[in-house]
Amino acid sequence: MGFSKIWVHGEANDGVVASITLELLAKARELADSVEVVMAGDAESVASELGDHGASIVHSIGSLEGGLAGPRIASAIAEACSQGSGPDVLLCGTTYDGRDVAGRLSAKLDAPVITNIVDLQKDGDRLIGHEPVFGGTKDVFTGFTSEGVAIFVVRPKSFVAESTGGGSATVSDLQVGELGATGSAIVKDQFVEESSGPRLDEANIVVSGGRGLGEPDKYEMIEKLASLVKGAPGASRAVVDAGWVPYSYQVGQTGKVVKPTVYLACGISGATQHLVGMKGSANIIAINKDEEAPIFGIADLGIVGDVHKVLPKLIEALESKG
Amino acid sequence: MDVVVCVKQIPDPADPGELDPGTKTLKRDTKLILDESDSYGVEMALQLVDAAGSGEVRLVSMTPGGETGGLRTALAMGAESAILVSDEALAGSDSLSTAKVLAAAIKRSNPDLILTATESSDGYTGTVPEQLAELLNLPSVTFGKEVTVDGEMATVKRQTESGYDVVDCPLPAVVSVTAGVVEPRYPSFKGIMAAKNKPVEELDLAALEIDPSTVGWAGARQEITEIADAPAREAGEVIVDEGEAHERIMAFLDELKVL
Repeated sequence: MGFSKIWVHGEANDGVVASITLELLAKARELADSVEVVMAGDAESVASELGDHGASIVHSIGSLEGGLAGPRIASAIAEACSQGSGPDVLLCGTTYDGRDVAGRLSAKLDAPVITNIVDLQKDGDRLIGHEPVFGGTKDVFTGFTSEGVAIFVVRPKSFVAESTGGGSATVSDLQVGELGATGSAIVKDQFVEESSGPRLDEANIVVSGGRGLGEPDKYEMIEKLASLVKGAPGASRAVVDAGWVPYSYQVGQTGKVVKPTVYLACGISGATQHLVGMKGSANIIAINKDEEAPIFGIADLGIVGDVHKVLPKLIEALESKG
Repeated sequence: MDVVVCVKQIPDPADPGELDPGTKTLKRDTKLILDESDSYGVEMALQLVDAAGSGEVRLVSMTPGGETGGLRTALAMGAESAILVSDEALAGSDSLSTAKVLAAAIKRSNPDLILTATESSDGYTGTVPEQLAELLNLPSVTFGKEVTVDGEMATVKRQTESGYDVVDCPLPAVVSVTAGVVEPRYPSFKGIMAAKNKPVEELDLAALEIDPSTVGWAGARQEITEIADAPAREAGEVIVDEGEAHERIMAFLDELKVL
């Protein structure tokens, strides 16, 4: 128990720290005296940015050399714990690597893990995580009853990243233990899917399409609209599962969490799965044929109408506005 | 090549259910169905075994109450057999307890490949695949959107923030697959009839030599301290489109000065 020393699983790409890492640091700093980062890759190149966001030490396991982060970072943290120098609390993001690290470490240390957290609060000598359920209408508060490292997996955009003006963090090497078979998966190649316009989770305006579009070709209207408002196109799980657009377009519990200034939901009924990923948007506009659609319960502007009639006119209006 | 698919039987998501005020967990008094997320792994396993030319697809699942409805759906799709770990002591199991039980069941059959979904549709912790891999001391690739197998090596396209990685992973291994990677087949009438006679081996915790205190409520080692109403979002203006709704949207966007 206790939470005086919090480690954040750090993620960075090409010398730029991921937003989720900075968000976790902001919360960790509020909760604990000692905030440190554990990461793979080039720690030196991001030590000043991490320090500026409140990390005092960056525990670096060095290059992954093609291996996957999960087993390596988990092994290094477990080694530190066995030597008594590990953290009281580990915060990971709900990301591809974050969940791998949390899962591997949980099994290594026989420590339970609490996932899908959107807020953390102090409760005596432990932390309590808040997890939204039922489409975000209820929050379940959960704390550990076990000793040992408290592992929380936190959803992106739960906290606001904040610079402290602090100096660079100290980089300290952390040893990875013996991995055996668990470390044998190797990345052979990396592909970047080209997309024009802003990233889905960073866009000021998100235009999302759902099953109400009727057929895959109609998704072009969503992309056209997104491009006209300099936003990003998104999608509900239904159309991603149907193969209309790649998984990277998905907004929702299993996809991206977005909090844009404007979220325009087109032909999306508002399943719980979807609402969890977008209800934090500042303004929500929804267009749907079914006036009973749950999406209208959270929309600031709801249009009961046919997307095939409304969207072409909206596209025309935006085009003529230039 | 033998593939084990871990599948979960869940309450129908169309009927979201409610929390039991006593135990503060999901009430489970409804009929359980195959989690749709798992149908992708079942389909992929069937295709991989087909491509390999030999071997079979087996299912592993757990539930406190002995239900088999969801398993029968996956058997009807073409899986050969299932192990169902069923024990009252499993109620309240967290992700690590789940992984311990699944790992013990999987160890009985030494498959070449273990497939899971990336997360279940009701609990969605998303940590079971990695916990399972660690307990089995195996390599793993999560968020696989395409899997091929050549001899002793699986090649997986793993979803990333900006695209995907191509990962080579020696077998045996655990791979979690995303929804939408393949088109799950609908069980044929013949498949449904055949599924009724396919073997479902039901095991309790004693048969797997698992101490009941390490799973279920006791094994979870966490407690729910409170369930609170989340800050509600109010519904705003709702209008019916009579051909002019786009103008209202334009005005709304103008007011926000986002254009």
